[in-house]
Amino acid sequence: MHRKLLLALSLTVGFAGAAAAQEVTIGLTMGTTGPGASLGVHYKNAFQLMPKTIGGYPVKFIILEDKTDATEAAKNGRQLVTEDKVDAFMGSVAVPSTTQLAQIANELKTPLMALSPVALPPEKLEWSFVVPQPTPLMMGAVAEHMKTNGIKTVGYIGFSDSWGDIVLKSLEEVTKPIGIQIVSNERYARADTSVTGQVLKIIAADPDAVEIGGSGTGGALPHIGLVERGYKKQIYHNHGTVNREFIEVGGKAVEGAIAPTGPLIVAEDLPDDNPVKKVALDFVTRYEQTFGPGTRNAFAGYSYDAFLLLAAAVPVAAKTAKPGTPEFRVALRDALENVKNVVGTHGVYNMTPTNHTGLDQRARVLVRVENGKWRLLK
Amino acid sequence: MNLSIALWLSQDAVTNGAIYALIALALVVVFTVTRVIFVPQGEFISYAALSLATLQSGKVPATIYVLIGGGLLVAALDGVTAVRQKSLKSLPGSVLANIALPLAIAAAASWSAARPDELPLQVAVTLALVTPLGPMLYRLAFQPVANASVLVLLIIAVAVHYMLTGFGLAAFGGEGLRAHMFPSLQFQVGILSVSGQSIGVIVTSLVLMVLLALLFGRTTYGKALRATAINRVGARLVGISSEFSGRLSFALAALIGAVSGVLVSPITTIYYDTGFLISLKGFIGAIIGGMTSYPLAAVGSLAVSFLESYSSFWASAFKESIVFTLIIPALLWRSLATRRVEEEDDS
Repeated sequence: MHRKLLLALSLTVGFAGAAAAQEVTIGLTMGTTGPGASLGVHYKNAFQLMPKTIGGYPVKFIILEDKTDATEAAKNGRQLVTEDKVDAFMGSVAVPSTTQLAQIANELKTPLMALSPVALPPEKLEWSFVVPQPTPLMMGAVAEHMKTNGIKTVGYIGFSDSWGDIVLKSLEEVTKPIGIQIVSNERYARADTSVTGQVLKIIAADPDAVEIGGSGTGGALPHIGLVERGYKKQIYHNHGTVNREFIEVGGKAVEGAIAPTGPLIVAEDLPDDNPVKKVALDFVTRYEQTFGPGTRNAFAGYSYDAFLLLAAAVPVAAKTAKPGTPEFRVALRDALENVKNVVGTHGVYNMTPTNHTGLDQRARVLVRVENGKWRLLK
Repeated sequence: MNLSIALWLSQDAVTNGAIYALIALALVVVFTVTRVIFVPQGEFISYAALSLATLQSGKVPATIYVLIGGGLLVAALDGVTAVRQKSLKSLPGSVLANIALPLAIAAAASWSAARPDELPLQVAVTLALVTPLGPMLYRLAFQPVANASVLVLLIIAVAVHYMLTGFGLAAFGGEGLRAHMFPSLQFQVGILSVSGQSIGVIVTSLVLMVLLALLFGRTTYGKALRATAINRVGARLVGISSEFSGRLSFALAALIGAVSGVLVSPITTIYYDTGFLISLKGFIGAIIGGMTSYPLAAVGSLAVSFLESYSSFWASAFKESIVFTLIIPALLWRSLATRRVEEEDDS
């Protein structure tokens, strides 16, 4: 009896082993609780829409939760690589977590698809590929719009965390060359009950426009504050703010807000010759069929684009090595580094050994709140 | 800074201070009666604000499941205790209060969700949804260990806080909500235009404080609470049930939290975890009052909000650090100014 059971077990294990050698394993660590919860859920939702095969191979996803905690993310990253033997992994929702993962990717020589920006210089991204648009690329669109509209001075109010710093730094980077001055740097927290002090200070400085460095519904508080205190000039946001909930919370006060974002948010409004339109429209249609009308968001698109990038690289890598081996991971990294014209939901990716982001201006559009909806600013 | 900015900041500080003061009062009530440092106080704010905003968008808030689930647990616990003690007399009352009442409130919630324009009704439903959570929490988490040390009670309170935050995330999602409320009244007072919103907050807080003072000064229930606060053993000897006092104080805390949530919901965006930070500021106010004095706690909360408001103008990036650093001199002053009292005297 026992012997039979053992035999059956060993057979099962044998089969499982054989099957595993054929399939590509992809890990994900994501924070769907903790401070990044509101974004993390979207990243994770996209995995319900992923195809069953990747570049002709069956694909298995291993999804772990990191609670938006960088330490937890690092633990998950190690577990995915060393225990689950993934061929590539993805993560996570916040910059500190993803930065940890990028370091682990270098150490354990496994490709990482970074789903949020990474706070590392490009030479440290040997094994990491950053899917989202670099913040300066996004803020560049805002700076151009400011320039065309004759704006000379900008007031800044952003989160008192790393996101607030990143947006400000990027804004400085793109506005300095074209002579736009940032005249104030105010900070607030998502949980603040009031931003009266900061708003008063900005109004006292009287800038031509205001840029808000918040994210999601958190971007609404200073906008409403400014409008309530009678600020009538243009208010800009950043790509972290573009979602439906922002407008629900902001109501009439946020009409006319301008923000940069990925093209998938306004897929229907894109001109037909835009290369991204087909992929983006297909994805948002399927996403909203599953999760309800108006649920489209940039973050699910990043997960999906990460998958598309891997799907382009896996067949190339499979020519030199078998999935599940260290050689395959090296080959996959090399292939990812050379993918060309991969059309995602956010833009067209062209990676090079020195550029692991690979997005260009086709990956950004400006949107404006019109009648309670984000519409393409033409 | 000129006079008008100073006035604006002060107006803002008074509005926020009124809310912090309410929270500080709730913390003091709970601490003096049950010796629990009530960390989850902020969750009542979040639950109430988010429930109200959800009702306004025409949906039934998931708070009803927390309420019904909590009620079932309490009833089950009461049932087990009653069977063990072989006295089933108290059981019908428990079933009525913990199963029938939550179901009735849930029914009222779904009924009022279909009437998005009736604000007073929705506010009433929100208060009814959140207030019973207080006594339920006491029954489930604190009553079984009512005689434990302050430290044990504090650790349990932290656990309850994390649990409720988790439920909040599951119930309301990660994004924030904001209630749309009173018509946007504006009053011109000198160079200030005061919003109807802030007047509502200040008046409601004052009324609530007066009611609390009357409750403690004039009614038997209030006097029972005070007696328990002064000496738990003595109060029990003269026939005041400490369990009853505990539940009553938690109900008060939940009601005050719910009122604060309703007041704050149209002023700012509330997230499932916002309440904790708001209550932390009330907590500093309560600390300044030594966790025992109601007037001092209210004054302390005002100090916190003024400091917060002015530092948000001068150095917004360091605002939280400045506000929370206040706790160090406050604690130093309290420990130097007060006579040391042996606290753990009941066994």
